[in-house]
Amino acid sequence: MKDRACIVGIGETKYVRKPGSGMTGVQLHLQAATRALEDAGLTGRQIDGIIPSPYVATAEQLAANLGAATLRFATTVHMGGASPCAALPIAAAAVTQGIADYVLVPTGWNGFSTARARNVVATDVKSLPGATIARDYYLPFGLTAPPQWYALIARRHMHEYGTTAEQLGCVAVAMRKHAQLNDNAIMRGKPMTIEDYMMSPMITSPYRLFDCCVETDGAAAMVVTTAERARDLRKTPIYISGAAAAQPHPADEIFNRKDIYEAGMTIAAPRAFAMADATPADMDFAEIYDCFTFEVLQQLEETGFCKRGEGGAFVEGGRIELGGDLPVNTHGGLLSEAHTLGMNHIVEGVRQLRHEAGARQVKDAQIGLVTGWGDFGDGALAILRR
Amino acid sequence: MSYTKPLPTLAGHTEDFYGWCKKHELRFQQCTGCGAWRHVPRELCAECGSWDWEWMRSSGRGTVFTWTVAERPLHPAFADAAPYTPIVIAMEEGVRIVSEMVDCPHDQLVIDMPVEVVFDDVTPEITLPKFRRAG
Repeated sequence: MKDRACIVGIGETKYVRKPGSGMTGVQLHLQAATRALEDAGLTGRQIDGIIPSPYVATAEQLAANLGAATLRFATTVHMGGASPCAALPIAAAAVTQGIADYVLVPTGWNGFSTARARNVVATDVKSLPGATIARDYYLPFGLTAPPQWYALIARRHMHEYGTTAEQLGCVAVAMRKHAQLNDNAIMRGKPMTIEDYMMSPMITSPYRLFDCCVETDGAAAMVVTTAERARDLRKTPIYISGAAAAQPHPADEIFNRKDIYEAGMTIAAPRAFAMADATPADMDFAEIYDCFTFEVLQQLEETGFCKRGEGGAFVEGGRIELGGDLPVNTHGGLLSEAHTLGMNHIVEGVRQLRHEAGARQVKDAQIGLVTGWGDFGDGALAILRR
Repeated sequence: MSYTKPLPTLAGHTEDFYGWCKKHELRFQQCTGCGAWRHVPRELCAECGSWDWEWMRSSGRGTVFTWTVAERPLHPAFADAAPYTPIVIAMEEGVRIVSEMVDCPHDQLVIDMPVEVVFDDVTPEITLPKFRRAG
């Protein structure tokens, strides 16, 4: 499947917090989708596959609005924030096997003005994997929201490997710096120093406010087709060189994994790199799902950019900033651009490889990776090249 | 004053787990095929595939694996509880359990500190397993 499918269209809505998008979740999806279609030079009628993320819009709703009259492939990946990235290997398989010709992958939500991500367990425990496990074994003890689950892993890592708050802060500061170069970033115009980071209020230790992503209203979308069809479309095709998704074991309960740091990424990354015939050292940039700062360190380790325990040292000294060895989240990430379940990471990866990233362009970017992280540590990774 | 925090739903294996807690016994499933302990309760042993298991009594002893101090509550039922400290305990049997401490302020917690189970009868129906410092 290497390099046989391409991302040919990308689209985003405006990303906003107060006073909210003023649009429904379905309207947001449709705006991002129509922009992705226009970017590709396609019409809704040509879409015959749709992979919507969980929660907000169904393939049926989207197809009806877009005039996708010959829809023959529709599915949803239930991996929370990993869903968009995990849709890539599925979309690539679908188009290369002739199950569909043009697959639309939209995602989005009013994550600020209605369904606050922090409230997901309180309002809709069924949306979680192993929902009854969270209800019966986590909630009674006040373990109620994603930053709390992951803070527990982060503290253990700090104890075992000496990872520091300042190292977590390096991630937050890098994302914020990149957001200053992005007109659509929520945190544009709000620069942040490491001192600002250290002074930000504790939410759930060791996570401070600025370790946590920005809940956002917005949507993003992409269109995938075969490499052959891509050559006839409007924009430079971006090839899916390698893509894989996986779940940790067990995926429905976080704290009884034999290896507490093993995530879906641990399993997915070597498969994606093998498929692409590439290594972490080949990457010109990395767009890494950054729900919280520590998850960036953890994914740098589990994807093989550094050894287990070395993620903290890896992000020091500007290495992950533009101009560093491995620019990470050149758009600002979930921490400082927006939270659209990581579809914004895929969009940014495509922009970088098309050389459309303007002031934040990684010079002569040829190959890069995008990750997704969701639910209790599901993971996905895609290696993209121009 | 009535208890207002979330409670487990007593059904299936969860009813059994908390039923033992109500008797002030901490029990986990142990596979009778290969001897592996497990938590949370499951139907099969993921190690050997056996359907056979028993509710075996835990020593009640473990160590602090990790914790977080929830300074800002993220659930309405805990709005007045912050700061509070969800904790993960590594039990002697090898399983880990989410709980909270009854006698240890968070600034005195240390990873690998020995702890033992106590039982908090939060309602007439539900008893939660919690932990205190051990010698």
